[in-house]
Amino acid sequence: MLAKRIIPCLDVDKGRVVKGINFVDIRDAGDPVELASVYDKEGADELVFLDITASHEERNIMLDVASKVAEQVFIPYTIGGGIRGVEDVRKMLATGCDKVAINTAAIKDPSIITECARKFGSQCIVVAIDAKAEGWREEGLPPRRKLAEHGGIPQRQDPEDWYQVYINGGRTPTGLDAIEWAKKVVSFGAGEILLTSMDRDGTKDGYELELTKQVTRAVNVPVIASGGAGTLEHFSEVVKESDADAVLAASLFHYGELSIRQVKEAMRDKGIAVRL
Amino acid sequence: MIAIVDYGMGNLRSVEKAFEYLGAQVKVTSNPGDILNSDAVVLPGVGAFADCMDRLISTGLDKAVAGLIEQGKPYLGICLGLQVLFEKSYEGGENAGLGLIKGEIVRLPDEVKVPHIGWNQLDVKQENPLLKGIAGNPNVYFVHSYHATSKEDVVVATTDYGTDFTSFICKENIYGVQFHPEKSGKIGLKILGNFLEIIK
Repeated sequence: MLAKRIIPCLDVDKGRVVKGINFVDIRDAGDPVELASVYDKEGADELVFLDITASHEERNIMLDVASKVAEQVFIPYTIGGGIRGVEDVRKMLATGCDKVAINTAAIKDPSIITECARKFGSQCIVVAIDAKAEGWREEGLPPRRKLAEHGGIPQRQDPEDWYQVYINGGRTPTGLDAIEWAKKVVSFGAGEILLTSMDRDGTKDGYELELTKQVTRAVNVPVIASGGAGTLEHFSEVVKESDADAVLAASLFHYGELSIRQVKEAMRDKGIAVRL
Repeated sequence: MIAIVDYGMGNLRSVEKAFEYLGAQVKVTSNPGDILNSDAVVLPGVGAFADCMDRLISTGLDKAVAGLIEQGKPYLGICLGLQVLFEKSYEGGENAGLGLIKGEIVRLPDEVKVPHIGWNQLDVKQENPLLKGIAGNPNVYFVHSYHATSKEDVVVATTDYGTDFTSFICKENIYGVQFHPEKSGKIGLKILGNFLEIIK
């Protein structure tokens, strides 16, 4: 049986991991290579590095990071953030990484997906989608983040509600429907979707089950659920309820609140195939 | 020295880095002479079957690899490197392989998501030097759409994905794995380390 994957995500700014990381045996908590090999030893099935470096000039630092990771880490890993075109993808893959995640550039010019898939194969092209539920922001309803502070966010219920795609790190709405966009990127050649619920990200209220379910039903490529992990149960829940192929979490692992092993054991106890 | 065959199709860096990490001397090469002079050869899998065979034949690498195997030196085929050992493949039409093992390469069944990407289990059928020190049925990392169906008794392990397909073969000094040991964490490094032991 194909195992469900547990994926820690590392945000990298100018070559350094940001967001504190709480491992005991770490010499340098900002070193992406050292952290990646710790996660590898802890049993991570895959890693995602997101380059959040703001300036274009300093983006090349990530290529250097990627090369160094290739020397020490022998599990699959994806690099995303700031990928603008085919040439960026080619350079990144040449360092030894397995997949490249494209987000904003795919919206600006979807033919990039097709061109990359044709050149390098669909299996290495991940399209990242940042989605936010709209409709809960109608008059009289508080924004979803506010709802979270008052004990849980209801799942999307009203058929008039929809999920909108955002780009530029969640700053710019695109007007695109997330489910339709997911179908489109797969038809263009994306081999996997990294789906982040902006409503859930950072809330620890659990993954957005409805959004994830709608996307996994709409496409026939693996979907990585992201945003909202807070407890052991959340991981099993999103896999069982929405059929996600992989689950991603960042701060939960970085701050040592849960270990990858704990998560996997809890999933195994729920009858989910994991690599232990 | 281990020769990693470069047939110009893409990235062999992760295989090279994994062997280097284990302390092996490796040379990524497209020169048939280098291959015949090496202690062992690794053919990593990148790209499509037909392109790979075309490149191997046009560069004379097919003969070099066959010659090295004939000398009794160890061969490790990874992914496509396993598939080219067989008589033919149905990827992109019907294409002939090296024919060193009887059998053919077919597509994974339609009922499952293809390509098969991710961690899956080896159902180990028989002992093998490459699995020395590895207990039970370990999880390893796969990325492929086609798999081997062998007509010879060469199956070391199978894997369940829509069908029980051949994921590990061995015939004398020829080893072939459908998964990627260079991406299979500790287990994968152990398998590559065991390959280095054979060479010694």
